[in-house]
Amino acid sequence: MTPKTPAAAPSPREVVKELSMVKQKEMIAANYDAITSAPETGRKVASTFVPGNLNELLMCFDLLNNLPEINAIQNGMKKVSGDYINEAEKRGHSEDVCTYVKADLGMMAKGNIAPNGKPLPRPDVLLLSYTGCFTFMKWFELVRDEYKCPTIMLQVPYQADGKITANMRSYIVKQLKDDVIPTLEKVSGVKFDIDRLREYLRESAKAEDDFVWVMQSAKKKPSPIDAYFGGVYYIGPIFTAFRGTRDATEYYRLLRGEIEERIAKGLGPVTPEGDMKSQKYRLVVEGPPNWTSFREFWKMFYDEGAVVVASSYTKVGGTYDFGFRHDPDHPLETLADYCLGVYTNRSLPMRVDLLENYMREYDADGLLINSIKSCNSFSAGQLMIMREIEKRTGKPGAFIETDLVDPRYFSAANVKNRLESYFQMIDQKRKSVASAA
Amino acid sequence: MTVTNRGTAQITAWCQELFDDLDFTVARKWKAAAPGRGVVAYMPVYVPRELIHAAGMLPLGILGGGENLEVIHGDAYYQSYICRIPRSTLELGITGKLDFVDGFLFPSICDVIRNLSGIWKLLFPKVYVRYFDVPQTYVDDTGGSFYVQEMQELREGLEHVTGRKITDEALRDSIAVYNQNRRLIRDLYALRSRAPWLVPTSELYLLLRAGMVLPVEEHSQLVTEYLAAAQAEQRPMRDNCRVVMNGLFCEQPPLNLIKAIEMSGCYVVDDDFMLVTRWLLDDVPVAGDPLQNLSTAFLHRSMETSAKYQPDLAQKGKYLIDSVRENGAEGVIFAAPSFCDPALLERPMLETRLDAVDVPHIGFKYAENSGQMQPVREQAGTFADSIKLWSTP
Ligand code: SF4
Ligand code: SF4
Repeated sequence: MTPKTPAAAPSPREVVKELSMVKQKEMIAANYDAITSAPETGRKVASTFVPGNLNELLMCFDLLNNLPEINAIQNGMKKVSGDYINEAEKRGHSEDVCTYVKADLGMMAKGNIAPNGKPLPRPDVLLLSYTGCFTFMKWFELVRDEYKCPTIMLQVPYQADGKITANMRSYIVKQLKDDVIPTLEKVSGVKFDIDRLREYLRESAKAEDDFVWVMQSAKKKPSPIDAYFGGVYYIGPIFTAFRGTRDATEYYRLLRGEIEERIAKGLGPVTPEGDMKSQKYRLVVEGPPNWTSFREFWKMFYDEGAVVVASSYTKVGGTYDFGFRHDPDHPLETLADYCLGVYTNRSLPMRVDLLENYMREYDADGLLINSIKSCNSFSAGQLMIMREIEKRTGKPGAFIETDLVDPRYFSAANVKNRLESYFQMIDQKRKSVASAA
Repeated sequence: MTVTNRGTAQITAWCQELFDDLDFTVARKWKAAAPGRGVVAYMPVYVPRELIHAAGMLPLGILGGGENLEVIHGDAYYQSYICRIPRSTLELGITGKLDFVDGFLFPSICDVIRNLSGIWKLLFPKVYVRYFDVPQTYVDDTGGSFYVQEMQELREGLEHVTGRKITDEALRDSIAVYNQNRRLIRDLYALRSRAPWLVPTSELYLLLRAGMVLPVEEHSQLVTEYLAAAQAEQRPMRDNCRVVMNGLFCEQPPLNLIKAIEMSGCYVVDDDFMLVTRWLLDDVPVAGDPLQNLSTAFLHRSMETSAKYQPDLAQKGKYLIDSVRENGAEGVIFAAPSFCDPALLERPMLETRLDAVDVPHIGFKYAENSGQMQPVREQAGTFADSIKLWSTP
């Protein structure tokens, strides 16, 4: 599959590199514009979360999808989240709690300005997909306090025993039928059409195939992608307001084409400073990245020749690499299975199994955990995860601590030191394995 | 039921002994006393203990290691920015203090306890471990059906542990036994609210803690005895202000914190300690399908706390205002464990509600091993003084 390249392109490589990026940027900008112009266009807006994000369903009601986590990330990357967090703390929120919540509440308190510089409208409905994080529930109760709009609780049971039971699935399907869909019909004034849902799901599955292909390309040596720092861009469309759209399918088609080309040329991942040259260390990373110093954080890896070949964070909005695809033939059940399967809804032993699988399948040198100070869902238990992976694979693990969007908790010097000694540890491990052989 | 002549001091001393015993000697003895007995531990805030009881096993409430447990291993499993209860609970497990436990239930309260269920599975593979999910939608047909089936799975899991069936009959009997216990606890809370000088909260607290480790029948007897003793004793009534405490439903405050609040001039007239003992608000019907009855009670007649979703915006926080009114409280003290997302995210919403009806409040954080009580005492003392000052006609 080769992407179409415009005739007047400066150089084939640059164009290939940028097409998917440009496409994604346009998609995000268009979505923000649609949301911020909703008061004029009369379109209705739903707010929901990335894990358990039912974009296909929202589209059936012509609802726009606004994701507060994405706003927090954008604000983190633009380095304004610190102010928002301060604002929320001034208003009585504890310094101990999830900083996404505070970044969101602080943003609301300071005019609720979207990344396009225009105010976000009040949502017409909050779809609380309660998937894999307890904090979601409190977050939307807090937001509901502000907007006083209809709020739908969609409870997704936790996969504590490592399996999806019939009870879990039917509970979600029942909630969809009895509550979620009727409420969305009422809010939007649009009648639910299950065939329309099937259409979107079909589209989702197409994008998911290409997305999985892209993420699994990191099994190659050298890896053509970075599955964490690059990965967070690749998950963009499929984890947010675009899954089920033609745009998303097109984005992943373009992206796949670009990666195919990189593989053909033997190239490594693209970094903010150009192509990554040497790949000395292949890592699996557990935990979300830090957003406030994202570039600086990433640089600490590529400068040392460390490429991330697999990451758990790129599964928070859906786990596709073990075969799950949205299934148009079982539209509501597939939405249930999707929600049940997101990474944070998987038990700790399942998370360990998944990471162990990545360590082996992607032939990684070690597991790095980026522990997020304010995220209990991810962080509580990560030291156990590290021990288990070390025990099972014999490969070294390392632990660093940062935060998502609170700049106070990113200490560049500490993280750098820790990473450097980790890379030395991997070197030593290799030497001792080589001398033992 | 034999009622002895112990006074409140003696009863409290016995409860204190149980509270201090981190080897859970009473539970161990109970298990050893007859063949085929088992013990199933559970964490806050709620599990249907009736099922464990009906299986012929002892439900054992685990609320962390408290202030006297030295945590050595537990810290290697948890970062500094996670509350203390999971690490001290792990410490209990790793040091063998829970080695007599056959099963462990981790209720759906937050991601920390949820993830701890997975850690427990990995560390103690021989123990029956279940994360106990409860409904967050309170409609019989959806949340109710889900919950009945979850209880059925728990029932089967417990049957597997003991090798014996749990009959509906046994479940009905257990419901009746727990109804009685809940009634007594309600009486205890009512007495404290009516005459808080007769039931100091530090005593009430220890009495509830005894209920975490004793067989329910024995605990009911103990509460009966305490109620009689407390009403028979003369204790001076002080000019204290009446407060409701909120946020203490999971990791426990040090006992000294409760004492410090009382000594600062506050009578605690309601709280959210050990909600499992009062979770279901009325008697659960004994006749009929027992799981259905437990489900209906959970869905429609159970306590509110941060770990539960409140579907109706207008009802959010109302339970706290109701508690303030019904108990004639003059203020609310929010006390929450450090790093506790459920309690700390809930607090601003509750504060807004209290502000709207002019109920004064203060808030602070604690850890189960917090040592310094002077600041708490001062803060609560100033709060009590200001309430008295402003409420004087
Ligand atoms: S606690 Fe973690 S998973 Fe939950 S909302 Fe915050 S960052 Fe997301
Ligand atoms: S204290 Fe709070 S955060 Fe910690 S386990 Fe309990 S409910 Fe969860």
